[in-house]
Amino acid sequence: MVTSSALERGGVLAVESDPGGGFVAPGIEEFYPPAIAEFSVLGIDFEITRITIILWVATLAMLAFLIAAVRKPAIVPGKLQFIGESGYSLVRDGIARDVVGPKGLPFAPFLASLFFFILANNLMAIIPFAQISPMSRFAFPLVLAVICFVIYVWIGIREQGAGRYFKDILFLPGVPKPMYILVTPIEILQNFVVRPFTLAVRLFANMFAGHMLLVVFSLGAVYLFSRDNFSFIFGPVSALMAIVMTFFELLVIFLQAYVFTVLMGTYLNGSIEAEH
Amino acid sequence: MSILAAEGPNPLIPPVGEIIIGLIAFAIVLLVLFKFVAPRFEQVFRARREAIEGGIERAEAMQAEAKAALEQYRAQLAEARTEAAQIRDQARAEGQQILEELRAQAQQESARIVARGEEQLATSRQQVVNELRGQIGRLAVDLAGRVVGESLEDQARRSGTVDRFLDQLDGMAAGTSPDGRGGATGSAVYAPQGDR
Repeated sequence: MVTSSALERGGVLAVESDPGGGFVAPGIEEFYPPAIAEFSVLGIDFEITRITIILWVATLAMLAFLIAAVRKPAIVPGKLQFIGESGYSLVRDGIARDVVGPKGLPFAPFLASLFFFILANNLMAIIPFAQISPMSRFAFPLVLAVICFVIYVWIGIREQGAGRYFKDILFLPGVPKPMYILVTPIEILQNFVVRPFTLAVRLFANMFAGHMLLVVFSLGAVYLFSRDNFSFIFGPVSALMAIVMTFFELLVIFLQAYVFTVLMGTYLNGSIEAEH
Repeated sequence: MSILAAEGPNPLIPPVGEIIIGLIAFAIVLLVLFKFVAPRFEQVFRARREAIEGGIERAEAMQAEAKAALEQYRAQLAEARTEAAQIRDQARAEGQQILEELRAQAQQESARIVARGEEQLATSRQQVVNELRGQIGRLAVDLAGRVVGESLEDQARRSGTVDRFLDQLDGMAAGTSPDGRGGATGSAVYAPQGDR
Protein backbone atom coordinates (compact mmCIF):
# COMPACT_ATOMS: atom_id res chain seq x y z
CA MET A 1 0.00 0.00 0.00
CA VAL A 2 2.73 2.43 0.87
CA THR A 3 5.56 2.51 -1.62
CA SER A 4 9.09 2.60 -0.42
CA SER A 5 9.75 5.93 -2.13
CA ALA A 6 6.79 7.53 -0.38
CA LEU A 7 8.05 6.11 2.88
CA GLU A 8 11.43 7.54 2.19
CA ARG A 9 10.03 10.96 1.29
CA GLY A 10 7.84 10.94 4.37
CA GLY A 11 10.80 10.05 6.43
CA VAL A 12 12.92 12.75 4.91
CA LEU A 13 10.14 15.26 5.34
CA ALA A 14 9.66 14.27 8.94
CA VAL A 15 13.34 14.52 9.59
CA GLU A 16 13.57 17.85 7.84
CA SER A 17 10.55 19.26 9.62
CA ASP A 18 11.21 18.02 13.06
CA PRO A 19 13.97 15.78 14.28
CA GLY A 20 11.51 14.47 16.87
CA GLY A 21 9.55 12.67 14.09
CA GLY A 22 6.15 14.44 14.51
CA PHE A 23 4.33 16.14 11.61
CA VAL A 24 5.12 19.79 11.23
CA ALA A 25 2.69 21.72 9.06
CA PRO A 26 4.22 23.68 6.20
CA GLY A 27 4.56 27.35 6.97
CA ILE A 28 5.33 30.66 5.41
CA GLU A 29 8.61 29.34 3.99
CA GLU A 30 6.50 27.66 1.29
CA PHE A 31 6.28 31.06 -0.40
CA TYR A 32 9.98 31.82 -0.16
CA PRO A 33 11.68 29.27 -2.35
CA PRO A 34 15.45 29.49 -2.69
CA ALA A 35 16.66 32.03 -5.25
CA ILE A 36 17.91 30.65 -8.54
CA ALA A 37 19.67 33.89 -9.42
CA GLU A 38 20.21 37.14 -7.64
CA PHE A 39 21.35 40.45 -8.99
CA SER A 40 21.15 44.13 -8.19
CA VAL A 41 20.21 46.93 -10.57
CA LEU A 42 20.40 50.56 -9.44
CA GLY A 43 20.44 49.43 -5.84
CA ILE A 44 17.31 47.34 -6.20
CA ASP A 45 17.77 43.68 -5.42
CA PHE A 46 16.20 41.22 -7.85
CA GLU A 47 15.71 37.65 -6.75
CA ILE A 48 14.76 35.13 -9.40
CA THR A 49 12.99 32.20 -7.77
CA ARG A 50 10.84 29.45 -9.21
CA ILE A 51 7.81 31.67 -8.55
CA THR A 52 9.28 34.38 -10.76
CA ILE A 53 9.79 31.83 -13.51
CA ILE A 54 6.22 30.55 -13.05
CA LEU A 55 4.99 34.14 -13.44
CA TRP A 56 6.80 34.49 -16.75
CA VAL A 57 5.75 31.09 -17.99
CA ALA A 58 2.10 31.78 -17.14
CA THR A 59 2.16 35.25 -18.66
CA LEU A 60 3.87 34.19 -21.86
CA ALA A 61 1.69 31.07 -22.22
CA MET A 62 -1.43 33.18 -21.84
CA LEU A 63 -0.18 35.72 -24.38
CA ALA A 64 0.74 32.94 -26.77
CA PHE A 65 -2.74 31.49 -26.40
CA LEU A 66 -4.41 34.86 -27.07
CA ILE A 67 -2.20 35.60 -30.04
CA ALA A 68 -2.90 32.15 -31.46
CA ALA A 69 -6.61 32.74 -30.91
CA VAL A 70 -6.64 35.96 -32.94
CA ARG A 71 -3.93 35.05 -35.43
CA LYS A 72 -6.42 34.21 -38.14
CA PRO A 73 -9.64 35.92 -37.08
CA ALA A 74 -12.68 34.41 -38.77
CA ILE A 75 -16.35 35.22 -38.61
CA VAL A 76 -17.02 31.58 -37.85
CA PRO A 77 -14.44 30.94 -35.13
CA GLY A 78 -12.31 27.87 -34.77
CA LYS A 79 -11.96 26.11 -31.43
CA LEU A 80 -9.07 28.22 -30.19
CA GLN A 81 -10.58 31.48 -31.38
CA PHE A 82 -13.88 30.52 -29.78
CA ILE A 83 -12.29 29.96 -26.38
CA GLY A 84 -10.33 33.21 -26.58
CA GLU A 85 -13.38 35.06 -27.79
CA SER A 86 -15.54 33.68 -25.00
CA GLY A 87 -13.06 34.95 -22.40
CA TYR A 88 -12.68 38.32 -24.08
CA SER A 89 -16.45 38.70 -24.58
CA LEU A 90 -17.04 37.85 -20.93
CA VAL A 91 -14.93 40.85 -19.96
CA ARG A 92 -15.90 43.12 -22.86
CA ASP A 93 -19.66 42.61 -22.73
CA GLY A 94 -20.16 41.38 -19.17
CA ILE A 95 -17.93 43.91 -17.45
CA ALA A 96 -16.77 46.75 -19.74
CA ARG A 97 -20.18 47.30 -21.32
CA ASP A 98 -22.61 46.17 -18.62
CA VAL A 99 -20.78 47.11 -15.43
CA VAL A 100 -18.69 50.13 -16.43
CA GLY A 101 -21.49 51.50 -18.60
CA PRO A 102 -21.97 52.94 -22.06
CA LYS A 103 -18.56 54.63 -21.98
CA GLY A 104 -16.92 51.42 -20.81
CA LEU A 105 -15.92 49.76 -24.08
CA PRO A 106 -12.55 51.57 -24.35
CA PHE A 107 -11.61 49.94 -21.02
CA ALA A 108 -12.25 46.45 -22.38
CA PRO A 109 -8.60 45.78 -23.33
CA PHE A 110 -7.40 46.92 -19.91
CA LEU A 111 -9.99 44.87 -18.04
CA ALA A 112 -9.27 41.88 -20.28
CA SER A 113 -5.55 42.26 -19.52
CA LEU A 114 -6.33 42.17 -15.82
CA PHE A 115 -8.60 39.15 -16.17
CA PHE A 116 -6.31 37.07 -18.35
CA PHE A 117 -3.17 38.00 -16.41
CA ILE A 118 -4.73 37.05 -13.08
CA LEU A 119 -6.39 33.93 -14.49
CA ALA A 120 -3.19 32.62 -16.07
CA ASN A 121 -1.17 33.21 -12.93
CA ASN A 122 -3.87 31.77 -10.69
CA LEU A 123 -4.09 28.65 -12.83
CA MET A 124 -0.47 27.91 -11.98
CA ALA A 125 -1.72 27.05 -8.49
CA ILE A 126 -3.02 23.68 -9.70
CA ILE A 127 -0.86 23.02 -12.73
CA PRO A 128 1.45 20.09 -11.92
CA PHE A 129 5.09 20.92 -11.18
CA ALA A 130 4.29 24.62 -10.75
CA GLN A 131 1.53 24.27 -8.14
CA ILE A 132 1.93 27.70 -6.73
CA SER A 133 0.31 30.89 -7.95
CA PRO A 134 2.50 33.96 -8.30
CA MET A 135 -0.55 35.82 -7.01
CA SER A 136 0.18 34.29 -3.60
CA ARG A 137 3.16 36.63 -3.55
CA PHE A 138 1.73 39.93 -2.35
CA ALA A 139 3.87 41.99 -4.72
CA PHE A 140 1.93 40.95 -7.85
CA PRO A 141 -1.63 41.59 -6.65
CA LEU A 142 -0.35 44.82 -5.13
CA VAL A 143 1.04 45.98 -8.47
CA LEU A 144 -2.33 45.31 -10.12
CA ALA A 145 -4.30 46.98 -7.35
CA VAL A 146 -2.12 50.10 -7.41
CA ILE A 147 -2.44 50.32 -11.21
CA CYS A 148 -6.21 50.00 -10.83
CA PHE A 149 -6.26 52.64 -8.12
CA VAL A 150 -4.28 55.10 -10.23
CA ILE A 151 -6.49 54.46 -13.23
CA TYR A 152 -9.84 54.86 -11.54
CA VAL A 153 -8.77 58.07 -9.78
CA TRP A 154 -7.31 59.41 -13.03
CA ILE A 155 -10.47 58.51 -14.98
CA GLY A 156 -12.59 60.12 -12.28
CA ILE A 157 -10.64 63.36 -12.58
CA ARG A 158 -10.69 63.22 -16.37
CA GLU A 159 -14.41 62.53 -16.63
CA GLN A 160 -15.77 64.71 -13.85
CA GLY A 161 -12.99 67.25 -13.29
CA ALA A 162 -10.72 67.24 -10.24
CA GLY A 163 -12.89 69.60 -8.16
CA ARG A 164 -16.12 67.75 -8.73
CA TYR A 165 -14.54 64.31 -8.28
CA PHE A 166 -12.86 65.06 -4.96
CA LYS A 167 -15.77 67.16 -3.72
CA ASP A 168 -18.17 64.28 -4.30
CA ILE A 169 -15.89 61.96 -2.36
CA LEU A 170 -15.35 64.40 0.51
CA PHE A 171 -18.95 65.51 0.70
CA LEU A 172 -21.12 62.73 -0.55
CA PRO A 173 -24.15 64.35 -2.22
CA GLY A 174 -27.54 63.72 -0.64
CA VAL A 175 -26.20 63.27 2.88
CA PRO A 176 -27.36 65.59 5.68
CA LYS A 177 -24.60 68.02 6.65
CA PRO A 178 -23.99 66.80 10.23
CA MET A 179 -23.43 63.29 8.88
CA TYR A 180 -20.30 64.45 7.05
CA ILE A 181 -18.42 64.05 10.33
CA LEU A 182 -19.06 60.35 9.98
CA VAL A 183 -19.35 59.86 6.25
CA THR A 184 -16.38 61.90 4.99
CA PRO A 185 -13.65 59.91 6.80
CA ILE A 186 -15.29 56.66 5.72
CA GLU A 187 -15.50 57.81 2.11
CA ILE A 188 -11.87 58.96 2.06
CA LEU A 189 -10.76 55.74 3.64
CA GLN A 190 -12.82 53.67 1.27
CA ASN A 191 -11.77 55.40 -1.94
CA PHE A 192 -8.09 55.82 -1.27
CA VAL A 193 -7.17 53.01 1.11
CA VAL A 194 -9.74 50.27 1.43
CA ARG A 195 -10.52 49.77 -2.25
CA PRO A 196 -6.96 49.19 -3.53
CA PHE A 197 -5.95 47.36 -0.39
CA THR A 198 -8.89 44.94 -0.44
CA LEU A 199 -8.44 44.44 -4.17
CA ALA A 200 -4.86 43.31 -3.58
CA VAL A 201 -5.41 41.42 -0.33
CA ARG A 202 -8.50 39.52 -1.52
CA LEU A 203 -6.63 38.03 -4.45
CA PHE A 204 -3.42 37.46 -2.53
CA ALA A 205 -5.10 35.88 0.50
CA ASN A 206 -7.24 33.55 -1.59
CA MET A 207 -4.30 32.22 -3.53
CA PHE A 208 -2.11 32.10 -0.42
CA ALA A 209 -4.69 30.19 1.59
CA GLY A 210 -5.53 27.91 -1.31
CA HIS A 211 -1.92 26.94 -1.72
CA MET A 212 -1.57 26.33 2.02
CA LEU A 213 -4.60 24.06 2.03
CA LEU A 214 -3.30 21.99 -0.88
CA VAL A 215 0.14 21.72 0.65
CA VAL A 216 -1.17 20.73 4.07
CA PHE A 217 -3.36 17.96 2.68
CA SER A 218 -0.75 16.71 0.23
CA LEU A 219 2.08 16.60 2.74
CA GLY A 220 -0.29 15.28 5.35
CA ALA A 221 -1.16 12.35 3.07
CA VAL A 222 2.50 11.61 2.45
CA TYR A 223 3.26 11.80 6.15
CA LEU A 224 0.34 9.56 7.13
CA PHE A 225 1.22 6.96 4.50
CA SER A 226 4.73 6.83 5.86
CA ARG A 227 3.69 6.02 9.41
CA ASP A 228 4.35 2.50 10.60
CA ASN A 229 1.44 2.50 13.03
CA PHE A 230 -2.30 2.38 12.22
CA SER A 231 -2.51 6.12 11.40
CA PHE A 232 -1.64 5.40 7.73
CA ILE A 233 -5.30 4.45 7.22
CA PHE A 234 -6.04 8.19 7.33
CA GLY A 235 -3.64 8.75 4.44
CA PRO A 236 -6.26 8.17 1.69
CA VAL A 237 -8.62 10.61 3.41
CA SER A 238 -5.99 13.29 3.33
CA ALA A 239 -5.12 12.50 -0.30
CA LEU A 240 -8.79 12.64 -1.27
CA MET A 241 -9.14 15.98 0.46
CA ALA A 242 -6.15 17.27 -1.51
CA ILE A 243 -7.93 16.28 -4.75
CA VAL A 244 -11.24 17.80 -3.66
CA MET A 245 -9.46 20.99 -2.63
CA THR A 246 -7.77 21.11 -6.02
CA PHE A 247 -11.16 21.29 -7.70
CA PHE A 248 -12.28 23.85 -5.17
CA GLU A 249 -9.13 25.77 -5.96
CA LEU A 250 -10.04 25.72 -9.65
CA LEU A 251 -13.30 27.44 -8.77
CA VAL A 252 -11.48 30.01 -6.65
CA ILE A 253 -8.99 30.65 -9.47
CA PHE A 254 -11.73 31.68 -11.91
CA LEU A 255 -13.79 33.43 -9.30
CA GLN A 256 -10.94 35.60 -8.03
CA ALA A 257 -9.86 36.60 -11.53
CA TYR A 258 -13.45 37.55 -12.31
CA VAL A 259 -14.12 39.30 -9.00
CA PHE A 260 -11.00 41.43 -9.32
CA THR A 261 -12.04 42.52 -12.80
CA VAL A 262 -15.70 43.13 -11.90
CA LEU A 263 -14.72 45.24 -8.89
CA MET A 264 -12.39 47.30 -11.05
CA GLY A 265 -15.35 47.68 -13.41
CA THR A 266 -17.60 49.04 -10.66
CA TYR A 267 -14.87 51.44 -9.50
CA LEU A 268 -14.49 52.69 -13.07
CA ASN A 269 -18.26 53.05 -13.32
CA GLY A 270 -18.20 55.21 -10.17
CA SER A 271 -15.47 57.36 -11.71
CA ILE A 272 -17.19 57.80 -15.07
CA GLU A 273 -20.72 58.40 -13.88
CA ALA A 274 -21.05 61.17 -11.33
CA GLU A 275 -22.78 60.01 -8.18
CA HIS A 276 -26.26 61.37 -7.77
CA MET B 1 3.47 27.76 14.07
CA SER B 2 3.88 30.92 16.07
CA ILE B 3 7.58 30.34 16.13
CA LEU B 4 7.64 29.92 12.36
CA ALA B 5 5.57 33.05 11.77
CA ALA B 6 7.85 35.05 13.96
CA GLU B 7 10.93 33.69 12.25
CA GLY B 8 9.70 34.01 8.66
CA PRO B 9 9.38 37.19 6.66
CA ASN B 10 6.10 39.09 6.59
CA PRO B 11 4.24 38.05 3.44
CA LEU B 12 2.48 41.42 3.27
CA ILE B 13 5.77 43.28 2.76
CA PRO B 14 6.70 42.77 -0.88
CA PRO B 15 10.27 43.04 -2.14
CA VAL B 16 10.78 45.98 -4.48
CA GLY B 17 12.38 43.79 -7.15
CA GLU B 18 9.29 41.64 -7.34
CA ILE B 19 7.06 44.71 -7.74
CA ILE B 20 9.13 45.81 -10.71
CA ILE B 21 9.00 42.33 -12.22
CA GLY B 22 5.23 42.32 -11.78
CA LEU B 23 4.97 45.76 -13.38
CA ILE B 24 6.99 44.65 -16.38
CA ALA B 25 4.97 41.48 -16.80
CA PHE B 26 1.66 43.31 -16.64
CA ALA B 27 2.94 46.07 -18.93
CA ILE B 28 3.76 43.44 -21.55
CA VAL B 29 0.29 41.94 -21.17
CA LEU B 30 -1.29 45.39 -21.56
CA LEU B 31 0.83 46.16 -24.60
CA VAL B 32 -0.05 42.92 -26.37
CA LEU B 33 -3.75 43.18 -25.58
CA PHE B 34 -4.07 46.84 -26.55
CA LYS B 35 -1.97 46.59 -29.69
CA PHE B 36 -2.83 43.18 -30.99
CA VAL B 37 -5.48 41.07 -29.28
CA ALA B 38 -8.25 43.59 -28.59
CA PRO B 39 -8.25 45.20 -32.08
CA ARG B 40 -8.42 41.77 -33.69
CA PHE B 41 -11.32 40.71 -31.48
CA GLU B 42 -13.14 43.98 -32.18
CA GLN B 43 -12.53 43.45 -35.87
CA VAL B 44 -14.07 39.99 -35.67
CA PHE B 45 -17.07 41.27 -33.70
CA ARG B 46 -17.60 44.07 -36.22
CA ALA B 47 -17.30 41.70 -39.16
CA ARG B 48 -19.73 39.30 -37.53
CA ARG B 49 -22.23 42.05 -36.76
CA GLU B 50 -21.99 43.31 -40.32
CA ALA B 51 -22.41 39.82 -41.64
CA ILE B 52 -25.53 39.33 -39.54
CA GLU B 53 -26.95 42.75 -40.41
CA GLY B 54 -26.07 42.19 -44.06
CA GLY B 55 -27.83 38.84 -43.89
CA ILE B 56 -30.92 40.44 -42.40
CA GLU B 57 -30.84 43.16 -45.02
CA ARG B 58 -30.49 40.60 -47.77
CA ALA B 59 -33.37 38.60 -46.34
CA GLU B 60 -35.51 41.74 -46.15
CA ALA B 61 -34.68 42.64 -49.74
CA MET B 62 -35.55 39.14 -50.86
CA GLN B 63 -38.81 39.25 -48.95
CA ALA B 64 -39.70 42.57 -50.56
CA GLU B 65 -38.84 41.13 -53.94
CA ALA B 66 -40.98 38.08 -53.32
CA LYS B 67 -43.85 40.30 -52.19
CA ALA B 68 -43.52 42.43 -55.31
CA ALA B 69 -43.51 39.32 -57.45
CA LEU B 70 -46.61 38.05 -55.68
CA GLU B 71 -48.36 41.38 -56.23
CA GLN B 72 -47.38 41.25 -59.86
CA TYR B 73 -48.69 37.72 -60.22
CA ARG B 74 -51.93 38.70 -58.53
CA ALA B 75 -52.33 41.69 -60.82
CA GLN B 76 -51.58 39.55 -63.83
CA LEU B 77 -54.03 36.94 -62.65
CA ALA B 78 -56.77 39.54 -62.17
CA GLU B 79 -55.96 40.97 -65.57
CA ALA B 80 -56.12 37.53 -67.13
CA ARG B 81 -59.41 36.90 -65.41
CA THR B 82 -60.98 40.09 -66.69
CA GLU B 83 -59.54 39.38 -70.09
CA ALA B 84 -60.98 35.90 -70.04
CA ALA B 85 -64.36 37.28 -69.00
CA GLN B 86 -64.16 39.80 -71.81
CA ILE B 87 -63.26 37.12 -74.31
CA ARG B 88 -66.08 34.95 -73.03
CA ASP B 89 -68.58 37.79 -73.34
CA GLN B 90 -67.31 38.64 -76.76
CA ALA B 91 -67.51 35.02 -77.81
CA ARG B 92 -71.02 34.78 -76.49
CA ALA B 93 -72.01 37.93 -78.35
CA GLU B 94 -70.32 36.69 -81.48
CA GLY B 95 -72.05 33.35 -81.15
CA GLN B 96 -75.35 35.12 -80.74
CA GLN B 97 -74.60 37.18 -83.79
CA ILE B 98 -73.59 34.15 -85.81
CA LEU B 99 -76.75 32.42 -84.68
CA GLU B 100 -78.83 35.41 -85.71
CA GLU B 101 -77.07 35.56 -89.02
CA LEU B 102 -77.53 31.90 -89.61
CA ARG B 103 -81.17 32.13 -88.68
CA ALA B 104 -81.65 35.08 -91.01
CA GLN B 105 -79.76 33.27 -93.72
CA ALA B 106 -81.85 30.14 -93.20
CA GLN B 107 -85.02 32.19 -93.33
CA GLN B 108 -83.82 33.83 -96.48
CA GLU B 109 -82.93 30.51 -97.93
CA SER B 110 -86.24 28.98 -97.03
CA ALA B 111 -88.01 32.01 -98.41
CA ARG B 112 -86.02 31.69 -101.58
CA ILE B 113 -86.74 27.97 -101.84
CA VAL B 114 -90.41 28.59 -101.25
CA ALA B 115 -90.41 31.35 -103.86
CA ARG B 116 -88.67 29.17 -106.38
CA GLY B 117 -91.09 26.33 -105.68
CA GLU B 118 -93.98 28.69 -106.24
CA GLU B 119 -92.43 29.93 -109.41
CA GLN B 120 -91.88 26.41 -110.64
CA LEU B 121 -95.37 25.52 -109.69
CA ALA B 122 -96.71 28.52 -111.59
CA THR B 123 -94.61 27.67 -114.61
CA SER B 124 -95.67 24.06 -114.69
CA ARG B 125 -99.31 25.11 -114.21
CA GLN B 126 -99.00 27.50 -117.09
CA GLN B 127 -97.55 24.69 -119.14
CA VAL B 128 -100.33 22.35 -118.15
CA VAL B 129 -102.92 25.04 -118.87
CA ASN B 130 -101.45 25.75 -122.30
CA GLU B 131 -101.27 22.07 -123.07
CA LEU B 132 -104.78 21.46 -121.85
CA ARG B 133 -106.04 24.43 -123.82
CA GLY B 134 -104.59 22.94 -127.01
CA GLN B 135 -105.96 19.50 -126.27
CA ILE B 136 -109.40 20.81 -125.26
CA GLY B 137 -109.56 22.86 -128.45
CA ARG B 138 -108.60 19.92 -130.59
CA LEU B 139 -110.88 17.58 -128.69
CA ALA B 140 -113.82 20.03 -128.97
CA VAL B 141 -113.27 20.53 -132.71
CA ASP B 142 -112.85 16.79 -133.15
CA LEU B 143 -116.03 16.04 -131.25
CA ALA B 144 -117.94 18.81 -133.10
CA GLY B 145 -116.65 17.41 -136.44
CA ARG B 146 -117.91 13.96 -135.56
CA VAL B 147 -121.26 15.52 -134.57
CA VAL B 148 -121.46 17.60 -137.73
CA GLY B 149 -120.12 14.83 -139.90
CA GLU B 150 -117.23 16.48 -141.51
CA SER B 151 -113.90 17.68 -140.45
CA LEU B 152 -113.97 21.12 -139.12
CA GLU B 153 -110.42 20.91 -138.13
CA ASP B 154 -108.81 23.05 -140.79
CA GLN B 155 -111.51 25.58 -140.75
CA ALA B 156 -111.50 25.88 -137.04
CA ARG B 157 -107.79 26.28 -137.07
CA ARG B 158 -108.13 28.89 -139.73
CA SER B 159 -110.78 30.91 -138.04
CA GLY B 160 -109.41 30.40 -134.45
CA THR B 161 -112.92 29.84 -133.19
CA VAL B 162 -111.94 27.69 -130.30
CA ASP B 163 -109.26 29.98 -129.14
CA ARG B 164 -111.54 32.92 -129.30
CA PHE B 165 -114.17 31.02 -127.30
CA LEU B 166 -111.71 30.04 -124.67
CA ASP B 167 -110.43 33.59 -124.41
CA GLN B 168 -113.97 34.77 -124.02
CA LEU B 169 -114.43 32.20 -121.29
CA ASP B 170 -111.31 33.44 -119.63
CA GLY B 171 -112.42 37.03 -119.90
CA MET B 172 -115.81 36.08 -118.47
CA ALA B 173 -114.33 34.32 -115.52
CA ALA B 174 -112.05 37.25 -114.81
CA GLY B 175 -114.88 39.72 -115.14
CA THR B 176 -117.48 37.94 -112.93
CA SER B 177 -115.21 36.85 -110.13
CA PRO B 178 -111.95 38.71 -109.68
CA ASP B 179 -111.07 36.66 -106.58
CA GLY B 180 -110.95 33.49 -108.70
CA ARG B 181 -113.85 31.77 -106.99
CA GLY B 182 -116.23 32.69 -109.75
CA GLY B 183 -113.82 31.02 -112.14
CA ALA B 184 -114.20 27.81 -110.22
CA THR B 185 -117.92 27.81 -110.56
CA GLY B 186 -117.84 28.93 -114.20
CA SER B 187 -115.62 26.14 -115.43
CA ALA B 188 -114.19 22.93 -114.04
CA VAL B 189 -110.99 23.56 -115.98
CA TYR B 190 -110.14 26.61 -113.92
CA ALA B 191 -110.68 25.00 -110.60
CA PRO B 192 -106.96 24.30 -109.89
CA GLN B 193 -106.01 27.88 -110.66
CA GLY B 194 -108.49 29.38 -108.25
CA ASP B 195 -107.84 26.94 -105.43
CA ARG B 196 -104.10 26.89 -105.12
